[in-house]
Amino acid sequence: MGRYLSQRLGQGIVVILGVTTLVFVVTRMIGDPVNFILPLSASEEQRAALRSDLGFDRSILSQFGSFLRDAVRLDFGNSTYFRNEDALDVVMRFLPKTLQLAAAGMVMALLLSVPLGAIAALRPGGLLDKFLVTLSLIGLATPQFFLGQVILLLTSVKFNLVQFGDGPWTHLIFPALTLALPAIGRLTMVTRSAMIDELNSQYVKAARAKGVAARRIVGVHALRNAAIPFVTLFGWEVIRALAGYTLVVEAVFDWPGLGDLAILAIRERDFFLIQTIVFIVAIMVVLINIAIDVAYKIVDPRVKL
Amino acid sequence: MSEANPRRAGATATDEFSARQQEVDEARASEEGQEGRPYELRAATQGIFGELRADKAGLLAAIFLTIVLIGAVFAPWLAPQGPVEGNPSTASIDPIWAGGTWAHVLGTDAQGYDVLSRLMYGARTTLLIGFAVVLIAGLFGVTLGLIAGYRGGRTDRWLMRWVDVQVAFPGLLIALIMIAVLGPSKTSLIFVLSFNGWMVYARMTRGVVLAAKERPYVEAAEMVGCRPRRVMFVHILPNLTSSLVTLAVLEFARIILAEATLSFLGLGLQFPEVSLGVMANGGRDSFFSLPRLAIIPGVVITLIVLAVNFLASWLRVVFDPQEREKRFAAGATTAATTVEGAAT
Repeated sequence: MGRYLSQRLGQGIVVILGVTTLVFVVTRMIGDPVNFILPLSASEEQRAALRSDLGFDRSILSQFGSFLRDAVRLDFGNSTYFRNEDALDVVMRFLPKTLQLAAAGMVMALLLSVPLGAIAALRPGGLLDKFLVTLSLIGLATPQFFLGQVILLLTSVKFNLVQFGDGPWTHLIFPALTLALPAIGRLTMVTRSAMIDELNSQYVKAARAKGVAARRIVGVHALRNAAIPFVTLFGWEVIRALAGYTLVVEAVFDWPGLGDLAILAIRERDFFLIQTIVFIVAIMVVLINIAIDVAYKIVDPRVKL
Repeated sequence: MSEANPRRAGATATDEFSARQQEVDEARASEEGQEGRPYELRAATQGIFGELRADKAGLLAAIFLTIVLIGAVFAPWLAPQGPVEGNPSTASIDPIWAGGTWAHVLGTDAQGYDVLSRLMYGARTTLLIGFAVVLIAGLFGVTLGLIAGYRGGRTDRWLMRWVDVQVAFPGLLIALIMIAVLGPSKTSLIFVLSFNGWMVYARMTRGVVLAAKERPYVEAAEMVGCRPRRVMFVHILPNLTSSLVTLAVLEFARIILAEATLSFLGLGLQFPEVSLGVMANGGRDSFFSLPRLAIIPGVVITLIVLAVNFLASWLRVVFDPQEREKRFAAGATTAATTVEGAAT
């Protein structure tokens, strides 16, 4: 286990290094950021001064060298858009909002998809099963932004239910639901097919034969085994939510989180901010990946790490 | 991504469709009962389209996609107007069901452009991007997967490590940054989406190759002196057809969603280019006053993705003889248990 974890951690560092290098190289290819920072009327001397101030006049390699040196000390430089505020501070200010959204969405997905999938698997081909499968398929096929827009339209315009934006937890429900719905579709299908497998297995037949209560068979025996494929896919959902889908949901609901910040940073050519965001997201992705494997081991003790 | 469970890699993609197999089975069972003759005979006489006829959802999906495809491919000749043809005097005309005219069946948008025409041109762009990405990512991924699986050893380790690293990337975020750099154009969208999408093919191919490599016919081919390239492409590659076709179709659906998402965020294609995602993005501006401008492209994207998914589940049955056999062998459970082959 210890050896395995250190190996995974090493792999994680390779991932983080790879992503940051890619983003570093790629952002240095975006047009001159100085033009975005200074007003049009700025003189050529002012531009040159700022350029050397930010280090953009040096060679890419030397820039990358100092970037890595500073990154190790978690110093990512100052955001250019947020008037010289430390980039990491800015990211940390926006991060909680995204974590809140992702956590709420993923808890919803977990709580809804498992029972729905299990219920559908009880009578495969039955009316309820067909209904749930159809619903899941539609949920899968709908673009997330469109789901969000429909929810936004129904709740805020048609029924005047809530106002969105910063505020108490009720405002969290609909963005979180938008984040959760496609995941619910996918995870319900996974739970369903895993449960169908398990319910037709030999050990379930044996349990039935010796008279174990049906509820116990489904809830304890089958569900526990069905959890094995579920764990991995749920972990992937969390990763996808944090590293992508929150961007969409935040854009639709004007949710002031990391995704919103990322789009802003890209639009404003804020290199240091972009790098910091990617770095933080990459760390989260790596940690979740490790968590998946550990959870996998807990759910299925046969797995050797 | 974790080595602990390669079996389930990408299972979501195919799992969901296996579910529908049930319905197909039942539809077929009832039909068989009526006609009173064995299914095999009918399948043998009617071929793959017999399969399609039995699969009602698949048939509907195929019809819908054909219509979309015709509308998209022949947009320049079929569309009532150009994608950016119009002016403020024709702005915000209601669609036909809300008292509009036949001149603008789906109405016009806030700029005065005909929505139906834009849909046709938009689908053209979106489908083109989808096809191109599937082709490029597929070729690249399958080639690398073949090499990794067949060569094994160090090559395999390095290639798969590369795949692992890229899979762990925060995809959408990287895509957005890359598009910002490359500039919003069809070419850069295709490049970025291919860059983010080839890994699935590589993994799947490698899995199939590893299994096929041990078979006697591959050994025999090597024995009679086939070059590695010939063994890979002539002897091993055909094993991939069924799972590859299904995967490519599913990826196509995913790419359509990805393009729509990138353009929706305002970082995909820009005016005067039009794609389904660009239309969805345009719908944001007048979202509360003219929600139909967001709803129409949203619904069209959903329907296309749904139809492509149904088509994938039909293709899986058609291309995989094992899949068909299994359907007859067992009842309700077949669908769920046969997923693995296509998924890994």
